[in-house]
Amino acid sequence: MTNSIHDMGGMHGFGPVEIEPDEPQFHADWEKRVVAMMRGMGATGQWTLDGFRASMENLPPLTYLSVSYFERWCRGLERQVVAHGLVGEDELTAGRALRPGIRLNRKLTLDDVNKGGVRTFERPAPAPARFKAGDSVRTRNINPTTHTRLPRYARGKLGTVEVVRGCHVFPDSAALGAGDNPQWLYAVVFAGRELWGEEADPSIMVSIEAFEPYLMPA
Amino acid sequence: MPADDHAHDHGSELSEMQLRVRALETILTEKGYVDPAALDQIVENVETRIGPHIGSRVVARAWADPEFKRRLLADATEAVNSVAEFDPVGAHLIAVENTPQTHNVVVCTLCSCYPWPVLGLPPVWYKSAPYRSRTVIDPKGVLAEFGVALPAGTDIRIWDSTAETRFLVVPMRPAGTEGWSEEALAALVTRDSMVGTGLPKSPEANSPGAL
Repeated sequence: MTNSIHDMGGMHGFGPVEIEPDEPQFHADWEKRVVAMMRGMGATGQWTLDGFRASMENLPPLTYLSVSYFERWCRGLERQVVAHGLVGEDELTAGRALRPGIRLNRKLTLDDVNKGGVRTFERPAPAPARFKAGDSVRTRNINPTTHTRLPRYARGKLGTVEVVRGCHVFPDSAALGAGDNPQWLYAVVFAGRELWGEEADPSIMVSIEAFEPYLMPA
Repeated sequence: MPADDHAHDHGSELSEMQLRVRALETILTEKGYVDPAALDQIVENVETRIGPHIGSRVVARAWADPEFKRRLLADATEAVNSVAEFDPVGAHLIAVENTPQTHNVVVCTLCSCYPWPVLGLPPVWYKSAPYRSRTVIDPKGVLAEFGVALPAGTDIRIWDSTAETRFLVVPMRPAGTEGWSEEALAALVTRDSMVGTGLPKSPEANSPGAL
């Protein structure tokens, strides 16, 4: 879902930012296991990072807001393994495997983790970039019911291309399992007043990282 | 609501979550999808290898070495990976420099994208609804909650991390640190100053000779 609760930019009413002094990296041991499982299962290639983001965005809004960040990851992971036929709901209920696993092409090994490796989302460009730094652009007013990375507050707005980042995996396609569908990516900057109206603070500029299909010449 | 969020974020349902997470890991392990030793190593790497100490050293190097700073601002991934003492970072790291004219702040309104390799795991506030919702519309109000008041006339630039590009703010080098070593400079660079919600520590209280 795109117009869901995760798309929070510009909303009011959530109160002040709560800052925890000397905050630890984790607040409970189970959070560590969730991070590790997320990485381990992500490496199996059964879904993409944006597919995983979509599974959390599709949580009911009240659930999304009321559970902690790593619990959201845990629930997203449970949804993904069930949706991809790797684990049955009955197994989640039982808390143990009731059937053998299906065969996966990839599994993250200790050796893989030790080797590390640098991940890139850049891909060969199927076509030249349509825009260059300095171009005026208007973001499209799109409202897909599937995953997108164009936030609501920045739709239909006039901005300026600041940097051409390269050609990257397109999240809107990757989330659906529809392949990388590489698209040019740009830093597009907007005046605060373009986003928030004439009474907004004139000293504010906001940029998003926008894929070419989100943009029109202006 | 914020009070509830707070309680949740600090593990009030710890035992329930512990059971739920243990069940999931048991199932994934029994079905042969994950290797527990690999998972243990991931946790160890996250706990010991990454964190804001990396970013602090990168910023300190940029303050001390103009050529490194030029490379960092041109291509942060390339610059960080060119220094043998630093662990390699993933592609698409972007360094943005604070100046007297412009102060940079990083947010992810859609989820919680954050430069893990140089700053470690994001703090709870970075992932919270108040920060994600308000930073793009009321950055001055948000900065005030962090105790940051910028000089009048400073522009604020918000970077919403909506793709796989990740942002590291290079704060301004505090005056009075001429001739300091990189180690001494790194001690001034806080995590929040590299997100844009803080400023470096004052050199007076943290000079290499001070107690």
